[in-house]
Amino acid sequence: MLRRDLLKAAAASAPLMVAGRVFAAPPGAPKVLVVFLRGAYDAANVVIPTGSDFYYQARPTLQIAKPNPDDPKAALPLDGDWSLHPALKDSLYPLWQKKQLVFVPFAGTDDLSRSHFETQDAIELGQPIQGTRNFSSGFMSRLSGELNGARPISFTDNVPLTFRGGAQVPNIGLNAVGKPGVDARQTKLIQDMYQGQTLAKSVSEGFQVRDQVYESISGEMQAANRGAVSTKGFELSARRIGRLMKADYGLGFVDVGGWDTHVNQGAAEGYLAGRLAELGRGLAGFAEEIGPDAWNDTVVVVVSEFGRTFSENGAKGTDHGHGSVYWVMGGGVRGGRIAGPQVKVEQATLNQDRDYPVLTDYRALLGGLFQRAYGLDRKRLEDVFPQAQPRDLQLI
Amino acid sequence: MPHARHSIRWLIAAALATAAAPALAANSDRSHDLALVNRLTWGETGSSAQDVEQMGAKRWLEAQLHPSSDSRLPSAAQAQIDALPISQTTMATLVIQMDAQQKAANQMADGEAKTEAKKAYQQGMQDLVRQAQTRSLLRDLYSPDQIKEQMTWFWLNHFNVHAQKRDVRAMIGDYEDQAIRPRALGKFRDLLEATLRHPAMQRYLDNDQNANGKINENYAREIMELHTMGVGSGYSQQDVQELARILTGVGVNVRPEPARIPPRYQGLYIRAGLFEFNPNRHDFGDKTFLSHTIRGRGYDEVREVLDILAREPATARHVSTQMATFFMGDDVPPAVVERMTRAWKDSDGDMAKVLSALFASREFDASLANGVFKDPMHYAISAVRQAYDQRVIANTQPIQNWMNRMAEGLYGHETPDGYPMTAAAWSGPGQMAVRFEIARQIASGPAGLFKGEQQAEKPAFPQLQNALWYGGLDQAVSPPTKDALGQAVSPQDWNTLFLSSPEFMRR
Repeated sequence: MLRRDLLKAAAASAPLMVAGRVFAAPPGAPKVLVVFLRGAYDAANVVIPTGSDFYYQARPTLQIAKPNPDDPKAALPLDGDWSLHPALKDSLYPLWQKKQLVFVPFAGTDDLSRSHFETQDAIELGQPIQGTRNFSSGFMSRLSGELNGARPISFTDNVPLTFRGGAQVPNIGLNAVGKPGVDARQTKLIQDMYQGQTLAKSVSEGFQVRDQVYESISGEMQAANRGAVSTKGFELSARRIGRLMKADYGLGFVDVGGWDTHVNQGAAEGYLAGRLAELGRGLAGFAEEIGPDAWNDTVVVVVSEFGRTFSENGAKGTDHGHGSVYWVMGGGVRGGRIAGPQVKVEQATLNQDRDYPVLTDYRALLGGLFQRAYGLDRKRLEDVFPQAQPRDLQLI
Repeated sequence: MPHARHSIRWLIAAALATAAAPALAANSDRSHDLALVNRLTWGETGSSAQDVEQMGAKRWLEAQLHPSSDSRLPSAAQAQIDALPISQTTMATLVIQMDAQQKAANQMADGEAKTEAKKAYQQGMQDLVRQAQTRSLLRDLYSPDQIKEQMTWFWLNHFNVHAQKRDVRAMIGDYEDQAIRPRALGKFRDLLEATLRHPAMQRYLDNDQNANGKINENYAREIMELHTMGVGSGYSQQDVQELARILTGVGVNVRPEPARIPPRYQGLYIRAGLFEFNPNRHDFGDKTFLSHTIRGRGYDEVREVLDILAREPATARHVSTQMATFFMGDDVPPAVVERMTRAWKDSDGDMAKVLSALFASREFDASLANGVFKDPMHYAISAVRQAYDQRVIANTQPIQNWMNRMAEGLYGHETPDGYPMTAAAWSGPGQMAVRFEIARQIASGPAGLFKGEQQAEKPAFPQLQNALWYGGLDQAVSPPTKDALGQAVSPQDWNTLFLSSPEFMRR
């Protein structure tokens, strides 16, 4: 694979090439995967403030019991104030115990529209909340532009806003990949037709990523034929992402939907528990597939557009809120702790008497993380997140 | 950076212009008219080109904006629609039947029979979705009222519901056919209320769970943010909460027996099909909404706020911008939206008038030369229309599969924002690669489109080198496309390259 060799060569020589604006990521710079939970996951029932009596008052039917080793439906202890949803017991809780997982509560944006789409866009663009938006400049695209050999990819059906602008980033939805029917001759003729056109790069990147992913996945298909356990949904995608990022890519994005739980979201069991279990299996599967060596140099960040109302609504669900809880995990993450500023969870500390406040701006959080990961200076961080003060939470 | 945004039609105009100077005016009119047809239909065909030629563009457009109520599909397509169970049974009956089937399955003792019964229920629900998809696609392919069909899809996307939520699968066909299609070119206010009163919307955005003291603000927020005014247009969180209070008691009732209503509320109770306004669940306090005081009095509050929302200038701007984006692509000039907004105000939100203002604009006319990148829906349907024109297909499932693969399946968008309409959302590398795979499938054989047909003569593969092609396309494609087509090794290969060409990606 010519392309792969080129990328390897680029990565190998990266530390020596401080040329032009492009910055050479230091040796051992981690791979980064951003996981976007679209729909605003109910953070308060995943990283649960079990130390708060107010939590138990506010959620009469949705509450999850305080940690109790004899009760499989009880939350799993994180620290004196916080506990984890029991659906993550076998997948992510072991990572917490190995100190490879950090939670950052009260994280989010200054956007108070409580609109999914408005706030998702804001996060993906990473521009100052006030001011005109440039929809052709996402923060992951800017980050990728600052790094040499970032090898970006989006594991989504379309190129998300966060990867728009700058160099064309390949995208591919991973749940329905098969053997290509368009043959090599047709591939060449089609590329010829797009010579000089605005879509030329998209078309050629598309054929490349098609071949790369098919090559990676055909190995898996052979394994499946030998009786390997087959997975589906997000777990299938996440495992494939693990294999692709191990070999070919360094900066990835994937999104997972289905978190907008206005009605009957369940508690220890039920709808949200099911979504969480699948997410947890997927992330654990990703770690397994990328392998222990690469996992030590990988950071996975899980974000969502906002949190939900702290009190449950009239339909055993939750409505749109504000502050969320972000997750950071990886073999080299300084985990097993709750990071960032906190307030006591009680009625008086709620934002607008309704939801979590935001104490850690996501741009500050990610800026601080990228500073550590890539050694980016202030000037370059300013290009990625204009007018944001990076906050070093010593996540890695 | 070099741009190649010319549509095929524009290139024809250019080719014809250099060929014969005296015929220039007539020919460039013709190419303009054909570009118009290509843009305002689900894709040009030999027969649609003939229609506009016979009628003239002006009359054709007028007829499209005011379709007659008795227009018919080709009999082979109409017969398929008429034969669908959803065409013969009311939604209320279907929903109640399916509800009973589910309850019966749930009540069975655990075991194989129960598993089978649950499976049968799920299959029944999926089948209802497939029927609705079939009906919708047949209309897109063959209806003479093409603007109406495009607007039906547009509104379905604007007032998006996701079929896979709760029992929406049994409602989705009716939602499209009875709530939306008859009003697709009518008053926005009517459309807004028709969607509000449809159980599919009530279920999808949880308003059937919204009751006095048990507020659920999901639907209220999306009405403001997506359906009418648009985010950032001046309403507040307080307005959302007040609208949620106004909407308490609006919901769905699938029980056959009449609801028990105390005498004092009986005059206020509404039931129409599955729709219900239940005053027992309504918050009768006064509300303040967008600075208006709304006196608490029942469903009339809803009517009052829908009047307000439909006349809000922000609504006119928001919805006009979306319609213009649908028909002329990204970056709609503000002047066009301005004229549409004025037409909205003058006509009290008559969509045929608002669209008329769009199509009459100089900017729209100029956009015909540039073409608009096709979203997957336009791509797949235009390919099948161009490939087979009036030769009616027997099986729409392959089209549905292609659209799912391109991530724009009918009734398949989970969130209430609907599918995006910008080119950037559909032209990423992975998406282009998938599109070429689909081009190859359509190009190389019948692709399952005639499966199940009894007729002896089935097409072996489409003839895309047809009258449309020899009518000028052959002179008009860019040299690189022409070169590539010249290297085709078979008619199927030629078809694959043609459907993959940059020219065919635009409308």
